Amino acid sequence: MAYAERFKTPTSLSGKEFTYCPGCSHGIVHRLIAEVIDELEIQGKTIMVAPVGCSVFAYEFFDVDGTVAAHGRAPAVATGLKRARPDNVVFTYQGDGDLAAIGTAEIIHAANRGERITTIFINNAIYGMTGGQMAPTTLLGMKTTTTPYGRRENIEGYPIHVSEVLKELSGVAFLARTKVITPQDVIKTKKYLKKAFYAQLNNIGFGLVEVLSTCPTNWGLTPIESMKWLEDNMVKEFPLGVYVDKVGNIR
Amino acid sequence: MEKVEKVMVKGTEAIAEAAIRAGCRLYFGYPITPQSELTEYMARRLPEVNGTFLQAESEVAVANMIYGAACTGKRVMTSTSSPGYSLMQEGVSYIAGAELPCVFVNVVRGGPGLGDIQPAQSDYFQATKGGGHGDYKLIVYGPESLQEAVELTVRAFDVADKYRIPVLLLTDGLLGQMMEPVSFPNFKNLNTLPDHSDWALTGTNMQREPHRVTSFDLDPVKLEKMNIQRHEKYKTIVKEEKLFEEYKLNDAEVVLVAYGTMGRIVKSVADSAREKGVKAGVFRPISLWPFPYEELSKYTEQAKFFFTVEMSSGQMVEDVRLAVNGRKPVEFYGRMGGVVPAPGEVLAKLMEII
Repeated sequence: MAYAERFKTPTSLSGKEFTYCPGCSHGIVHRLIAEVIDELEIQGKTIMVAPVGCSVFAYEFFDVDGTVAAHGRAPAVATGLKRARPDNVVFTYQGDGDLAAIGTAEIIHAANRGERITTIFINNAIYGMTGGQMAPTTLLGMKTTTTPYGRRENIEGYPIHVSEVLKELSGVAFLARTKVITPQDVIKTKKYLKKAFYAQLNNIGFGLVEVLSTCPTNWGLTPIESMKWLEDNMVKEFPLGVYVDKVGNIR
Repeated sequence: MEKVEKVMVKGTEAIAEAAIRAGCRLYFGYPITPQSELTEYMARRLPEVNGTFLQAESEVAVANMIYGAACTGKRVMTSTSSPGYSLMQEGVSYIAGAELPCVFVNVVRGGPGLGDIQPAQSDYFQATKGGGHGDYKLIVYGPESLQEAVELTVRAFDVADKYRIPVLLLTDGLLGQMMEPVSFPNFKNLNTLPDHSDWALTGTNMQREPHRVTSFDLDPVKLEKMNIQRHEKYKTIVKEEKLFEEYKLNDAEVVLVAYGTMGRIVKSVADSAREKGVKAGVFRPISLWPFPYEELSKYTEQAKFFFTVEMSSGQMVEDVRLAVNGRKPVEFYGRMGGVVPAPGEVLAKLMEII
């Protein structure tokens, strides 16, 4: 494939410039989602549920119908959309504060119902937009503005492993944890995203892709240091891999 | 002449059937006494009309499912009772902000907190003055009978669609649990329901620009503009959508003011008072928002005093005072905790004031 063809802006992106910090993973993940929507030829029937936090404007970056859910409630909003319009493709985009703290009930029950929606879960171990507070996924010992002495297991508890929790639920059709640091990661992540949408399109069940992501601004690191920190620390705590795959081989 | 068939039906089920006839095909709910039969009725009935029923994990989720479903422009509803409605407030605020049409039913019970499961009117403030965060309004109806509840349910869907606004049917455990003969309206033809294709989320089908339904703008000036536009709409609703009943008010010197179940009870109080030579009448607001301030205030000329009766510590009485605006005394009597005042008790109180 020619360079120009491979690197053209996906049709499913609006073309509006991303507003994310340098080194943040949102941009890469956005592009991958858009490429998958293009390749599956579902742009015209896709409805997105944008999150709270830094990516609150995600619906402006995708050239699809969209709305913004309250903190943590994207899976419930998506459920309402999907039940009202079963022929549409509905996806939610959520951060770790959104999905793993305030929205635990909604994500667990949507997954358990096998809701025919797709969730992209961005885990950067910290609250981004509110300024770097502890997330449920914050690592032990990690300093944030609300764990200035580092997260302690006897005070703040342990980092929550969302994929490991969700994999036990029968409604889940595809579930994987990945990262987007290397080109190989990016290729793999795109394949996972495609499978998560396939789970919905082929009426198999709920699909979720957890992406370990960088937050250079709130981690207080450069983009390059952030990638290394993610590789050295987050991957150890949050093992990568496919947790559930009822989709099987796709083209 | 067409014979209108009446059927004996329970309050919660009457509202549910009316909603289906009004074109509602999506219901999300969570059981709570004293309205669980409405949820159960929908679970049984909606599949019969190719509708969608879903029991959610919580009322918080319910309100957000309603938000999502309402984004598609279809007729959607939920029902709950007081503590459940409190949990829904987050979603109600977002729905009002995003200007989505949908219908809520609150079958009010005694509170605050867990309270009890007996009828009350103590959610009036929450229903009419906000409940969730932000500057917003819901159209709120308080029916006095099952027939009226049925008619207001249908109307609720129509005005929700007309103005893109959530509508709340504020009733109570007494109406919810009682049985009365009701005549139902005909089924609406779903193809004749209002077209929301200019804003609803249905997928672009690659035929148009994306639709974006949100309640927010981070730019305060733009957000203020959104709010101003919403309030312009509210002004129209205030002008066009007030509902109330006037009962024996022509020569009334005592104006009893009550809504819903209590509005019905005080009619017999007025009758009894008249037997005792007291010229009493009843002003019964049916739309609690918009509240019929001007219509009530015109009785300040002829009335010696106003007497508001509620199943609460006194919530609507504040709106009555706003309407009367100090021109005449406004007396109040209320019971709380799920106690329904008996007509004799209210009459005794009235005679005491006189």
